[in-house]
Amino acid sequence: MRTQTSGLAIETAGLVKTFGGTRAVDGVDLSVPAGTVYGVLGPNGAGKTTTVKMLATLLRPDGGEAHVFGHDIVREADEVRGRVSLTGQYASVDEDLTGTENLVLLGRLLGHQKRAARDRAAQLLEAFGLTEAAAKQVKQYSGGMRRRIDIAASILNTPDLLFLDEPTTGLDPRSRNQVWDIVRAVVSQGTTVLLTTQYLDEADQLASRIAVIDRGRVIAEGTKGELKSSVGAGSVHLRLRDPDQRDLAAHLLRQALDAKVQPEPDQVALTARLGTAASDDSAAGQAARALNELARAGITVDNFSLGQPSLDEVFLALTGHDTHESGRSDDSGRSHDPKDEVAA
Amino acid sequence: MSTATTTESKDLAPVTAESLAALLVSKERPPRPSAWSASMTFGWRAVLKIKHVPEQLFDVTAFPIMMVLMYTYLFGGALAGSPEEYIQFLLPGILVMSVVMITMYTGVSVNTDIEKGVFDRFRSLPIWRPSTMVGYLLGDALRYTIASVVMLTVGVVLGYRPDGGIVGVLAGIALLVLFSFAFSWIWTMFGLMLRTEKSVMGVSMMVIFPLTFLSNVFVDPKTMPGWLQAFVNNSPITHLASAVRGLMAGDWPTAEVAWSLGWAGLFVLVFGPVTMRLYNRK
Repeated sequence: MRTQTSGLAIETAGLVKTFGGTRAVDGVDLSVPAGTVYGVLGPNGAGKTTTVKMLATLLRPDGGEAHVFGHDIVREADEVRGRVSLTGQYASVDEDLTGTENLVLLGRLLGHQKRAARDRAAQLLEAFGLTEAAAKQVKQYSGGMRRRIDIAASILNTPDLLFLDEPTTGLDPRSRNQVWDIVRAVVSQGTTVLLTTQYLDEADQLASRIAVIDRGRVIAEGTKGELKSSVGAGSVHLRLRDPDQRDLAAHLLRQALDAKVQPEPDQVALTARLGTAASDDSAAGQAARALNELARAGITVDNFSLGQPSLDEVFLALTGHDTHESGRSDDSGRSHDPKDEVAA
Repeated sequence: MSTATTTESKDLAPVTAESLAALLVSKERPPRPSAWSASMTFGWRAVLKIKHVPEQLFDVTAFPIMMVLMYTYLFGGALAGSPEEYIQFLLPGILVMSVVMITMYTGVSVNTDIEKGVFDRFRSLPIWRPSTMVGYLLGDALRYTIASVVMLTVGVVLGYRPDGGIVGVLAGIALLVLFSFAFSWIWTMFGLMLRTEKSVMGVSMMVIFPLTFLSNVFVDPKTMPGWLQAFVNNSPITHLASAVRGLMAGDWPTAEVAWSLGWAGLFVLVFGPVTMRLYNRK
């Protein structure tokens, strides 16, 4: 059954993939608007990669259906392949070959003539700052360079849809920022990006809509704002000069912010988790108020930081379990549907 | 070259949106490559791999030389009176045996590639599906040719004088390489089916040793017990060894050549589709 898909790059309904007895993907529904970055956020083993592999025609779904630009991913796999590119968690280039050889090889496979493939390879290597490494085997590349050659390989032909499966896992912060810049540049030229990530800040930086996925199911979906307000505005971490003032500080924070305050093992440290109630106020605004209150009471704050809600916190709020236990031991703890809480 | 892995990200210039934009504006896509062109491109990849990792030619150079020397001098005196006499009979057979044995590395290279992300990249390309596998086999055909040339050279040095001349020898090699190409689809199947490189090696040995030894490569099957003769006389390796031996001797053995080609066709027809089924399902 082919549905009307104008404006949607991806549309899935009840997508299922089982490995042995495990339902790695357990009824995923996604609607990804064309021309945007769509984030799929979840811990290891949540089913992100399996979902991407099905959409990129590498795995056959066991149930449900999916369309990419209106093409069925099983029956019209070849049409889908013609319009998408995939950059996986591992460098999806041949490590024994050089950067140039890899790009020329793929260029030829995409139908470019020898000369055109060589030109395109040289241009891409130049744009990605890899000209010097062009004649080196990819196995000698650093993590950041591998990610670059990988993404370069994915845009040899400008794809309509680019899958980026955890593109920054294992990268240092600097390389990660550079990958983010590349993704932004690709999207600004009209390519749709489906990004999977374990990091909330990555989804936050790049994606306009986010689906949170856990144990093979979408447990929340919405814009960044919607998701964040569902888990509170973040946390304020404080270090006081005088440990004796900690109880008073905790009391004041509770009153001023309606926050859950936790003493840390460190005698002078406190964490206040900002609640959703005050979410019309920005996290920074709340924190400023809190500092003000403490100063008025004569409490000296040595150190202060404002943390965004972490993926762990999002998870805790949405699932009642943290990210580490997504090994899907049993399904009994999934009675309520947190999706309702988010869709505001 | 370890400096490249440590000092990198500092040296990596940031990627500018403008430079990328210039590359991305073109939405044109060239027409898809033909099945032949895609397969040849994958064959080119195999050749590049040989260029970068020349050690992998060890099994098509040193191993065949060892086989010729070992069996010529081990059995020559006992079986034919002298190594010089024996090599006239043995060389085409040992050539067949060695090259068919070498085919099993196809499965190993397929298997090691699967583990890497590049395999997913190939599978997500809009190309003729079998071209990846055909590419492996084209690269391997080159290796088989190298092995054949090496062994013939050693053979000639040891006193092998083929009556079929250049044409007969070339025809023999061509038939052998063609058969090996077809036979290798068994290994692409195992390479995709089995989980580890070790299990691929293990299974390959189990298939290749009985198949190559239980043939007429070393001796005339007439001395074997009846049940074994039944197997040996119908083995594809026996047909191939007889055909290559005949071609190189200038006999043009039509029946044996036809049997060899028939087996080759059968291997492709049976194991080709199984391989592609596994490839698509992987």
